[in-house]
Amino acid sequence: MRREKINTDFTTLFHEGRELLRSRSHERIDRHREEAFRRFLQLGGVPDNSEEYKHADLLPVFDRDYRVTLHPPRQEVDPNTLFTCNVSELDTHVLLTVNGWFGNKEEVLELPGGIVICGLAVAATRYPSLLEAHYNRHVAAGERDGLVALNTAFAQDGIFVHVPAGAVMEKPLQVVNLMRGNANLMAFQRNLVIVGKGARATILVCDHTLSDHSFLSNSATEMAVGDNASLEYYHVQNQHIEASQINSLFVTQGRDARFDANIITLYGGFIRNNLFVSLTGEGGECNLHGIYLSDKKQRVDNFTAIDHIAPRCRSHEHFKGVLDDAAVATFTGRVTVRPNAQKTEAYQANHNLLLTDTARVNTRPQLVIDADDVKCSHGATVGQLNEEAMFYLRSRGIGEAEARLMMMFGFAHEIVGRVRLVPLREQLDDLIEKRLRGELTKCYNCVLHCKKF
Amino acid sequence: MNELLKIRDLHAVADGKEILKGINLEVNAGEVHAIMGPNGAGKSTLSAVLTGRENFTVTRGEVWFKGKNLLELPAEDRAREGIFLSFQYPVEIPGVSTVNFLKTAINEHRKYRGEPPYPAGEFLKMIREKMEWVGIDSKLLNRSLNEGFSGGEKKKNEIFQMAVLEPLLAILDETDSGLDIDALRVVANGVNRLKGAENATIVITHYQRLLAYIVPDVVHVLYDGRIVKTAGKELAIELEKQGYDWIKRQLAEGN
Repeated sequence: MRREKINTDFTTLFHEGRELLRSRSHERIDRHREEAFRRFLQLGGVPDNSEEYKHADLLPVFDRDYRVTLHPPRQEVDPNTLFTCNVSELDTHVLLTVNGWFGNKEEVLELPGGIVICGLAVAATRYPSLLEAHYNRHVAAGERDGLVALNTAFAQDGIFVHVPAGAVMEKPLQVVNLMRGNANLMAFQRNLVIVGKGARATILVCDHTLSDHSFLSNSATEMAVGDNASLEYYHVQNQHIEASQINSLFVTQGRDARFDANIITLYGGFIRNNLFVSLTGEGGECNLHGIYLSDKKQRVDNFTAIDHIAPRCRSHEHFKGVLDDAAVATFTGRVTVRPNAQKTEAYQANHNLLLTDTARVNTRPQLVIDADDVKCSHGATVGQLNEEAMFYLRSRGIGEAEARLMMMFGFAHEIVGRVRLVPLREQLDDLIEKRLRGELTKCYNCVLHCKKF
Repeated sequence: MNELLKIRDLHAVADGKEILKGINLEVNAGEVHAIMGPNGAGKSTLSAVLTGRENFTVTRGEVWFKGKNLLELPAEDRAREGIFLSFQYPVEIPGVSTVNFLKTAINEHRKYRGEPPYPAGEFLKMIREKMEWVGIDSKLLNRSLNEGFSGGEKKKNEIFQMAVLEPLLAILDETDSGLDIDALRVVANGVNRLKGAENATIVITHYQRLLAYIVPDVVHVLYDGRIVKTAGKELAIELEKQGYDWIKRQLAEGN
């Protein structure tokens, strides 16, 4: 019943908003809407207990009154004054989005090597051939995902990044996604990142909430990593407990391309990360890492699907979580090795620490292997802290509480230690330590003092 | 005589089985004691009970350390009072660097004694100096504690920690196992260097070979949960020659 109402509401919204959407966005984006919305309905609307969204329990997330703004927010304030990243010494190009919209609508950041960063809406007009070649071209892996279709149906803006062949982005791009409003809000951000042949780029995405309303962000990001190119992607998720987000990331890798992702989930009410990676060229390498620290009634759901299409590719996944109170985490690791993808190496691990009897973990490795000359492994653990190690630390004079903390920190550091941006890594270590000490039960720089935490 | 440790009629049980069946032992400052015995005699259980491992239950007897009732203290306080165990199987702790671990440990000791944290600059200097004693590569400092260390590195790391924490009573549990002769010598030199009039060492070992380097003042034979023989260092040599069957025969004859 609930689901039907949600789906009906979306149908109404789409029909009523159709003209507005058409008038506001370029045809290159708009032409995909009708088909996408049809697909959304065909798939049954918001996923409810489908195989991919098993354990996700999406209906309570969608079943709230959200405002959807189909036209860009009035820029009554300079978005750059809204937020200052407090990771000092982190030297990045910072760009903001507010409720899914590119912060400074017309701004185009041009960097050496022909690198261009701007809003997706602007890019649709300025870079027609890139949009034609890439927009909505990398989402095939999510064709059964109604939420991706929903994003395509409503998306208007987001971040566009083009790193042309051979270009090197010297400083990382930092995208700060802000959610703020004076009412509950739903947003559909759409990003497109194109890294050309032999190019290199690093992107750091940070999610923050600037007001204490309920937010629901259903975003999708397409990333094309060309032959011999390399893309390093960090995503730091730090929102409040009334915020929900679904992030669908689609990565297409060319020959000998490398993609490294590190998803750091510090806080948020409901977080679903979909990571679809297609290894389409020989010799590609993909490393997906994630850490989630959850407490209260938080829910974190990482869904990964790596498709080994070409031979001789390597994929490596490691997700770890520390779960306190009644938090629930889900990890799905789907690895597909196509018949042609010989010499594939695919490794996957998911390790969880449960600190209470009420915290829960669902861990689901799903390997579909249709080639015979491959090396694949998966492993999952759900457990408590190692008693032997606890005793070892205590036998050195470290008190029980401190020993517990050190071990949890160490557990998380295995993932955070892989962050190559040193100031970020140090800040994350610090945040995680504070978080584990219970000194930080909300966004670290949150000034809202709302009582929702 | 400066008495450090006094064990009286100590009985301990694990999984419903009595493993220590009445241990009596006194260790004074400045002494090195060796506890030898065949496998399963209770050597490691004794070290576990002394350091506060929780999977053993003391059913009878008492242990006094510097006049304090040791059995009432949690493991961390025993360490802070000055007891150190060099583990037979040091535990790997991923993600916790050796240097952070040591800094935390030493500052927890200092806090217990009411002292301020170790000054950061001097700490690293002290650490470097102690590393040289046991010949540990400084690269190990920033690696996860014991993770991927070789057997020899793990044992050296134990003695290194001991050198940093400067215990009053060090218990070396089968520290020689898994060490080649060079590593054995390095480890023994480290231990000898730490010896002083104020502290004491208990060397728990199956074999005599470590005792050629760390010369004991007293040798005890632990058999079936009891100390059945106590003598000078010559006892270790005798045991090496005759084997533990010799003790068993003597006990049988005595009965």
